[in-house]
Amino acid sequence: MNTTNDTTNGTASGTTALLEMRGVNTHYGAVHILKDVEFAIYPGELVCLLGGNASGKSTTLKTLLGMVTPTTGDVFLNGEVVTKESISYRVERGVTMVPENRRLFKRLSVKDNLKLGAFLRKNRSEIDADLERIFTMFPRVKERLSQKAGTLSGGEQQMVAMGRALMSDPKVLLMDEPSMGLAPALVQTNFELIQQIHSEGVAIFVVEQNANMALSIADRGWVLQTGRVVLDDTADALLANPDLRASYLGEG
Amino acid sequence: MSDTELLPARKPLDQDWLKLLNYSFTLAFVSIFVSLTNMPVRFDTRMIIEPVFSMGYLSLFWLPVLLGFLVTRETVLEGIASHKKGFREVFAGAFVGVVGGGGLSLLVYLLDNFNVRDPLVNWSPQLRDLLSFQRSNVFGFVIWPVIGLILGSLGGSVHVVSTRFRRIVTWALLAVIGFAVFETVLLDLSEGFAWLGAEWLTDELYFIRGGLTMHGAVILAVLGGLFAAFGHGSTRRVKENFTALESTQRTRANIVILLLSAAALVVLPLFLGGITNELLANVGLFVLLALGLNIVVGLAGILDLGYVAFFAIGGYSAALITTTNRADSWPSWVPALTKAQVAETWWIPSVYWLVALIAVVLFAALAGLFIGAPVIRMRGDYLAIVTLGFGEIIRLMFQSDWLGGYTGAAQGVTNIPGFQIFNVATIKGTDPRAVFYLVLFFCVIAIYVSWRLERSRLGRAWMAIREDESVAEAMGIDTVKAKLMAFVVGAVLASFSGAILAAKVGSVFPTSFEILVSIVILVVVIVGGMGNIVGVIVGALVLIGILGGPTQPGLLAEFSEYKLLIYGVLLIVMMLKRPEGLVPNVRRTRELHQDEYLQDAWLKGEIDTDSDDEETALTATASPPNMGTQPA
Repeated sequence: MNTTNDTTNGTASGTTALLEMRGVNTHYGAVHILKDVEFAIYPGELVCLLGGNASGKSTTLKTLLGMVTPTTGDVFLNGEVVTKESISYRVERGVTMVPENRRLFKRLSVKDNLKLGAFLRKNRSEIDADLERIFTMFPRVKERLSQKAGTLSGGEQQMVAMGRALMSDPKVLLMDEPSMGLAPALVQTNFELIQQIHSEGVAIFVVEQNANMALSIADRGWVLQTGRVVLDDTADALLANPDLRASYLGEG
Repeated sequence: MSDTELLPARKPLDQDWLKLLNYSFTLAFVSIFVSLTNMPVRFDTRMIIEPVFSMGYLSLFWLPVLLGFLVTRETVLEGIASHKKGFREVFAGAFVGVVGGGGLSLLVYLLDNFNVRDPLVNWSPQLRDLLSFQRSNVFGFVIWPVIGLILGSLGGSVHVVSTRFRRIVTWALLAVIGFAVFETVLLDLSEGFAWLGAEWLTDELYFIRGGLTMHGAVILAVLGGLFAAFGHGSTRRVKENFTALESTQRTRANIVILLLSAAALVVLPLFLGGITNELLANVGLFVLLALGLNIVVGLAGILDLGYVAFFAIGGYSAALITTTNRADSWPSWVPALTKAQVAETWWIPSVYWLVALIAVVLFAALAGLFIGAPVIRMRGDYLAIVTLGFGEIIRLMFQSDWLGGYTGAAQGVTNIPGFQIFNVATIKGTDPRAVFYLVLFFCVIAIYVSWRLERSRLGRAWMAIREDESVAEAMGIDTVKAKLMAFVVGAVLASFSGAILAAKVGSVFPTSFEILVSIVILVVVIVGGMGNIVGVIVGALVLIGILGGPTQPGLLAEFSEYKLLIYGVLLIVMMLKRPEGLVPNVRRTRELHQDEYLQDAWLKGEIDTDSDDEETALTATASPPNMGTQPA
């Protein structure tokens, strides 16, 4: 396990960043969304990106995955420039997104959902091994294998969503608002799931509005405000930051 | 539901009068509407039982029965006691029949005293005569409430009689009407089996000028009833035995069934005459088209309303490549060739059609790419509208002056040689049996391709796109490529159909490729069951075989004028009552009736309540703590 809990600032450690953004500017039409965004995720880290509505969180995710191409600046994956590469190129190399609100393929079976997660992989035996790994992780999923994903309960759907993402054998999971629209009890389970996956050595990048929850499990965090990174620190330091507490945690 | 105790029957006058009136007026309105579409007069020539009962009267008679039945139908709720059925139900049916029958009485009166033929073209003396059974107006005025009374009570009494009795009557009626509808096919078949003495049988059953004979109808009704009384259990037992088989045995049984039906499809046409083979060939052409559209709409979820474009491209490219007499109309940059020269080049007739077919496939695939490329960037409604436009553009192009020099514009391409298989045989429209075999061959290919694709990686990608395109994209699926592939596969299947049509008819015209064809194919796919190969085939058999295609007559040739009306009604009824199609796909049924399914599962305890609580908690406290307000 190469979890680098003690990494304070990415650039300091000698290892190559898993996923990195350098000077990224993104526009939707003429509107400037991301402004000189710069950060790096290292192997095995659990980091979070905080920000309010319309602060550019989702755009950051989309830029990392390749759904949006930045106007200037570059995205690096394992030190390689992937700014112009397709989504499938990045997925094949270990970047996977867990979309907001689970978004399972509701009318397909749980098994089909999981198989679709491994869509780009060719090696059958490796896929089967991963399937088994997911079953041991979430025994509930195995029971529901032939059921339509849409008929599962909320918690089970969350497991399938995670399982589907893991089926691509990711090095880094991009999680879009994992607590969005969920009941408090489910949010809790969800974050436990995230930690469980993290403990297996997968780097996780969580994009959240629920700052308290995200910071309680993350190593580091950034705060995005109207497309600009305004804070960049360890999770503990961010939790203690009076400005953040005032604006996000409803204090002061 | 059987455990629930029955409450005693209600009194006849204990009715929901508003509902009764509602149904009565519906009956009156629909009867008048059907009469004014001229269906009764038009269908009067088609006899069911000679000389007493024609399809014209059938088109009016089924309404009181159906509405009389529906008016007192209620869902029996589990755990809630329901009333025993009795005279009340019959009375309700009779009431609806009498009041509704009054609608036609009114029509008879109006037909006799006013003439509004100007806007209502079917306001005719023939209709008046038919409605009054060729007697006086008074008779017509009085008879309809009486008929309504009888038929309505019949409909109402369906609730009262035992299931067994109901089944017997249903089967007897089905036998009579079924044999009347399939008259052409059966006569044709009996001719083919004349050496078995089958002709004697049909001579007994059918009247010379069409319709069942009186004694034939009686015999059929009795046979149908007997079958229902004694044979019904056996079909169910066969089904039960089948499901009880182990999976390996079942696979084997499936293979046997498949082989038997394949053998039947190969052998049966030999005993069928021209008309039936022609009919089957037409059905086959639409099976091909519907299978193609099923991939585009059913699997990939791209609502293509201009599918006829590919049918047209297949037809025209086959026509243009194979017709030698068009050499003089080729563009000037093509080296001038005389007809004789064309025939002498490598373009020799022996490989003619096979070469043409390759070219057709290439053209269709290119067209699929060409039309698909701009279209697939759109979603939902926009996509549907744009494909609709493309469908028309392609037809108008073939019709236009611009391409008219090569495509013959409105005159179309004629003198298309038949489908040549080396130098062995030429398949032409004059030999419908050969055409049918040709269509069958391509249908088998199409079915195999659909079946394989559905289970392939590409098939899974299509389904993912249908479900959620952006997530599919995030999974690394190249959605543009997958959707283009769906377009291309669909286009190629349609082009086969077009090419066969060209060879079969011997000519193609822009009018053969109107927008209506797209709509009909879509209706076939929807009515049959979207995303389901068997469903699509059944849909084509029922709609094209019985009612007829856009230009092709079906078994009920008299219906062709009303085809679209019936299609429309059918579509609405299907969407409301059975959205999964005639042959439901287990998957689709669940998704369309998911609420019911979930409720059932919950009642049976299949969904454990713990997780369900989470779900309810989720909906109950769905608003998350909002910390997302902008920092000031």
